[in-house]
Amino acid sequence: MAKPASSFSKSSHAFMAWIDKRLPVSSFWQAHMAGYYAPKNFNFWYYMGSLALFVLVIQILSGIFLTMHYKPSAEEAFASVEYIMRDVEWGWLIRYLHSTGASFFFILVYLHMFRSFLYGSHRAPRELLWIFGMLIYLALMAEAFMGYVLPWGQMSYWGAQVIINLFGAIASIGEPLTEWIRGDYFISDATLNRFFALHVIALPIALLGLVLLHLVALHENGSNNPDGIEIKANKDENGIPKDGIAFHPYYTVKDIFGVSMFLLIFAFVIFFWPEAGGLFLEHDNFLPANPLVTPEHIKPVWYFTPYYAILKAVPDKLMGVILMFAAVGILFFLPWLDRSPVKSVRYKGMWYKIMLALFAIAFVRLGMLGMSEGTPAQTIEMRVWTFVYFGFFVLLFFLSPRLKTKPVPERLTH
Amino acid sequence: MPTDGVNKKRRRFLVATTSVVGAVGAGFAAVPFIESWKPSAKAQAVGAPVQVSLDGLEPGQMIKVQWRGQTIGILRRTEEIIGSLREIDGDLRDPGSRESEQPVFAQNEARALKEEYLVVNMHCTHLGCVPQVLPQVGPQPFEENWKGGFFCPCHKSKFDMAGRVYKGVPAPTNLRIPPYSFLDDSTLIIGVNPEGAV
Amino acid sequence: MDKKSFSVIFSLVALLVITTPVFAAGAAALEHANVNIRDTAAIQRGAKLFVNYCLSCHSASYMRYNRLAEDLGLDEELVMENLVFADVKIGETMDIAMRPADAEAWLGAAPPDLSLISRSRGADWLYTYLLTFYQDASGGWNNQLLPNASMPHVLWQMQGIQKPVYATHDGVESIDHLVLAEPGLQSPEEYKDSMRDLATFAEYLGEPAKIKRKNVGVWVLMFMALFALLSYLLKAEYWRDVH
Repeated sequence: MAKPASSFSKSSHAFMAWIDKRLPVSSFWQAHMAGYYAPKNFNFWYYMGSLALFVLVIQILSGIFLTMHYKPSAEEAFASVEYIMRDVEWGWLIRYLHSTGASFFFILVYLHMFRSFLYGSHRAPRELLWIFGMLIYLALMAEAFMGYVLPWGQMSYWGAQVIINLFGAIASIGEPLTEWIRGDYFISDATLNRFFALHVIALPIALLGLVLLHLVALHENGSNNPDGIEIKANKDENGIPKDGIAFHPYYTVKDIFGVSMFLLIFAFVIFFWPEAGGLFLEHDNFLPANPLVTPEHIKPVWYFTPYYAILKAVPDKLMGVILMFAAVGILFFLPWLDRSPVKSVRYKGMWYKIMLALFAIAFVRLGMLGMSEGTPAQTIEMRVWTFVYFGFFVLLFFLSPRLKTKPVPERLTH
Repeated sequence: MPTDGVNKKRRRFLVATTSVVGAVGAGFAAVPFIESWKPSAKAQAVGAPVQVSLDGLEPGQMIKVQWRGQTIGILRRTEEIIGSLREIDGDLRDPGSRESEQPVFAQNEARALKEEYLVVNMHCTHLGCVPQVLPQVGPQPFEENWKGGFFCPCHKSKFDMAGRVYKGVPAPTNLRIPPYSFLDDSTLIIGVNPEGAV
Repeated sequence: MDKKSFSVIFSLVALLVITTPVFAAGAAALEHANVNIRDTAAIQRGAKLFVNYCLSCHSASYMRYNRLAEDLGLDEELVMENLVFADVKIGETMDIAMRPADAEAWLGAAPPDLSLISRSRGADWLYTYLLTFYQDASGGWNNQLLPNASMPHVLWQMQGIQKPVYATHDGVESIDHLVLAEPGLQSPEEYKDSMRDLATFAEYLGEPAKIKRKNVGVWVLMFMALFALLSYLLKAEYWRDVH
């Protein structure tokens, strides 16, 4: 046994040497996997990044196969989706992979972002990492919005109508701008066709580029951790961080386990609950788009509803639009709004825990209210939570440098 | 990293098992994507069997119909033609249709279910052109001693009145025979074999 | 207040806020059809009702007859004999001869295609709708769930004729319930069963892949569980190194 194995390893060694002379495979593997040290105390929240990447791959793969059967024309789009669901072999599975994947992408991204709120992952020197993440989030929102238009159901049509008209709130250029986006005087075939192009080519390329930048920025400084301290400050005699472990094999096997647990949940939803009670696939979107009949109750898909609630909370059209975009925009400034001397929630004290909990409740609750019919009482509630949402950032800016913190340990806890 | 006391055997076993199960899973996951390329229910419905009425088809005449995007020729042969088929066996590449594509019932001299009717996929087995039908016996620009048959203008392949390929032409095999059967004496159905036949 | 009781109260309030429903209870509570997609016999009976009563005005233009045969385990010839009345082939879809423009002229509104009715409205809605037709004072048909619907009660011979009983709440008169004024060919229980069959068929019609989806799903989940177990053992084995 020993001899053939060694001759095999010898020839594979020679093969790798040949490759490495031409393409830096081994050095890349060493720099970013086997010799890349990550903090050893990653918890649940640290699965989300690799899972989001995994879902991105699922979306691209299932998306490519959907474009093989989908027809981007107002005449045929709705029927072609039903063609996929019924006539194409396994088409229903590919479509559910894509529609469920879209919602899970947002679940993962929201949890991934919340992790940063918890442990201060956006703080110096990782501000650009956060900015690239935010740009991914923006691109993802555009990608999801345009993707939602493609089935050309009632919600596709009227959702697009409402969201495009938001741009009409801008003084003087609003009307020509919405016309330019639609390519017509109403949402039409032209709109669908260009949204298709953006959804399947332009935005995925942008997303992949941004993901690459996000990862390059991540590996420049290495990951933050639940303690919010730099592991590179404590290195052993070989220059390896004492609290670091090699990404491969430790985090590769851990992320594989994460993927397997994710797939269990993901598969359950796809096979047994693909509509998610109307959250992932809305009931009204099973009616073909009809420019003459508005559905009783228009709302965007769940991942946009927190912002939609902020829009609805404001009685003025322009102010509502501004506040809604500000709710997303303010996140870009998070690295500079948090001025606390410590990064992690673990050492920030009770004040931050309460603020963050209120912020999280506000976000979830706004999301729920954004789907509601909007009774007067609900409008008042939306205003309260909008206030809490923005209040978090304002208080953070003013209170974080002043309020008391706990002593931060030298080395990682667990 | 502390590596002493590591159970290497268990580690290797778990890596191997997880990889194998993962690879099997990836294999299963590929199936729906691969199968989604098969003709869809709609394509199958469009490609359903085609009925052709043979009323009014005179001996020596031919009609063409479309089935699954292919031109299918239906030629009513005279007794004379059928009788002459055997005579040219020596000039043919595959007179017994051993290497050609046809339902078993058509692997005979006339390459047909009923000798009178030749039902043939008109696309040349060389590169897919549709040959001309030239049933008259007599000299042709491309052949002094023409005995009637199919001539492909693209690359000059020649076939006899049963769609069998001549020697020395680019087409490798005889013209293909599609599955077909007769609903009654004057109705042909293309796309379905006779009951019990393959 | 100590920290612990504060966080307990805080969590409780948060939970209360998050779980407060945002939707008012629906105006009309729906009857539960309790459809079961695996009840092939019910789908078959529903299909028969559908082609006899619905398919003359409503199309189901995404549904192919041969798919029906395949999913319900029926012979294609049997389907052609019992369910296909139009002059079509087995691979074609459940279309109707009536043109939309004519339908609009005759009925006031073109009857919608029913392929996806169970996905836009739900099987329970359909079931309730089919149970709540009544004859109003003028002798015309109306529906409690969808008032002033332009659809006549095509199943009235089966159900019989229901009439409304009015009640006044807070000065507003509205329908309290319906009573069977004239019995039909079926008893109320039989009619409910028939409508459950029809709703089950509609559920199937909305997503024919649903039966296969659930069957495949069980296997997929079992496989995933195996993979999750293995990957957990693998992870645990490597992580013994990490202290």
